[in-house]
Amino acid sequence: MSRVHDMGGRFGDGPVRPEPKDAPVFARDWHGRALAVTLAAGALGQWTLDRSRFARECLAPADYLAFSYYEKWLAGLADLLVAQGVVTRDELAGADPAPSPLAERRLRAESVAGALARGGPVVRDGPASRFGPGDRVRTRRPARNLAVTGGHTRLPGYAAGLHGVVERVHGCHVFPDTNAHGLGERPEPLYTVVFDAADVWGRAEVPGDTVSCDLWESYLEPET
Amino acid sequence: MPHDHADDAPPHSLLPPDPELRVKALETLLTRKGLIDPAALDEIIETYAHKVGPRNGAAVVARAWIDPDFRKRLLKDATAAVAEMGFTGRQGEHVVAVENTPEQHNMVVCTLCSCYPWPLLGIPPGWYKSDAYRARAVREPRKVLADFGLTLPEGQRVRVWDSTAEVRYLVLPMRPVGTEGLDESALAALVSRDAMIGTALAEAPT
Repeated sequence: MSRVHDMGGRFGDGPVRPEPKDAPVFARDWHGRALAVTLAAGALGQWTLDRSRFARECLAPADYLAFSYYEKWLAGLADLLVAQGVVTRDELAGADPAPSPLAERRLRAESVAGALARGGPVVRDGPASRFGPGDRVRTRRPARNLAVTGGHTRLPGYAAGLHGVVERVHGCHVFPDTNAHGLGERPEPLYTVVFDAADVWGRAEVPGDTVSCDLWESYLEPET
Repeated sequence: MPHDHADDAPPHSLLPPDPELRVKALETLLTRKGLIDPAALDEIIETYAHKVGPRNGAAVVARAWIDPDFRKRLLKDATAAVAEMGFTGRQGEHVVAVENTPEQHNMVVCTLCSCYPWPLLGIPPGWYKSDAYRARAVREPRKVLADFGLTLPEGQRVRVWDSTAEVRYLVLPMRPVGTEGLDESALAALVSRDAMIGTALAEAPT
């Protein structure tokens, strides 16, 4: 069911290794370049943020695990550019590039500050929320995209089939499971749902510890 | 997607194997097609290398420590409160501030990718994006905190916030003791990036 990116709770990854405090934002020059190329290509408007996350999730597990962080971004970007018809396989392989009709949408240097400061809010008008703070809910199981087999979803595998309590209601947000696949934004109420760590993992490090996820309404059903 | 149903090798495998050359190849191709402006790339890099970073978040925390009304607004609607200070934009469109208390320590992760409040903290550090942090923070947060040299006092619960949607979390650390006389900028200097992710505490004044 799951894809390689859905790693919450996995064993075997070893210690977390914090960098020194004075470490540069971009450890290598090409890291910054990879981030900037990805953002600038995204500004062409040929895919959504959800779609770009899905492109990275679709990397073969062997690639996903072998690639460093920005290599995943680059691979996802290359695959998206071809999938959306922005560049051809031949062009990626080094053929002479043809001019693109999208060139007029190019992000210009003078527009960067404004574009980054605007961002892309995802709150929308939508249906009234079915649940409120304090309501007990159960998450769907298995964690999967109901419309597209193997499709994008933001219900982590570890959080599937659990009892939890709604803590916050965030209004209606664009639904990634459809938006990643060109099926529309279909906004749904979004909730912060809290789980007892002992329910999630069988045993909490210390009783009373909790984990929360931000989950769309269709990931949830009332507790029965 | 290519790996799921195409016989062809995935498009990304057509790029050069060395990652530095891979970026160069993509940048050159997109520039020649008229799709990117290299000067725009420089501007994006400059923004996140030097302009937008954890000093923003630290300024928010320091203000919340000295201004009870701001703290209230921050906890009620952090998006609006941080916008008052000019912090808006990409990957910070919907912000929630979560306050550490003697009863609860908060810690933020994104197990599915690397969601992070860019306008407040900049680009996430390598460890935040690492498999080890993403995999372990939800299951054994206290062991992960130990990797950072942090042990929480007995009686303080841990809440791990998995950023699975477009809500971005800022941890509001507890104000260290002995800081009563400090002004806003001196307080901000005590607030590290990690303290606002929840893998550190605010530092004691020296």
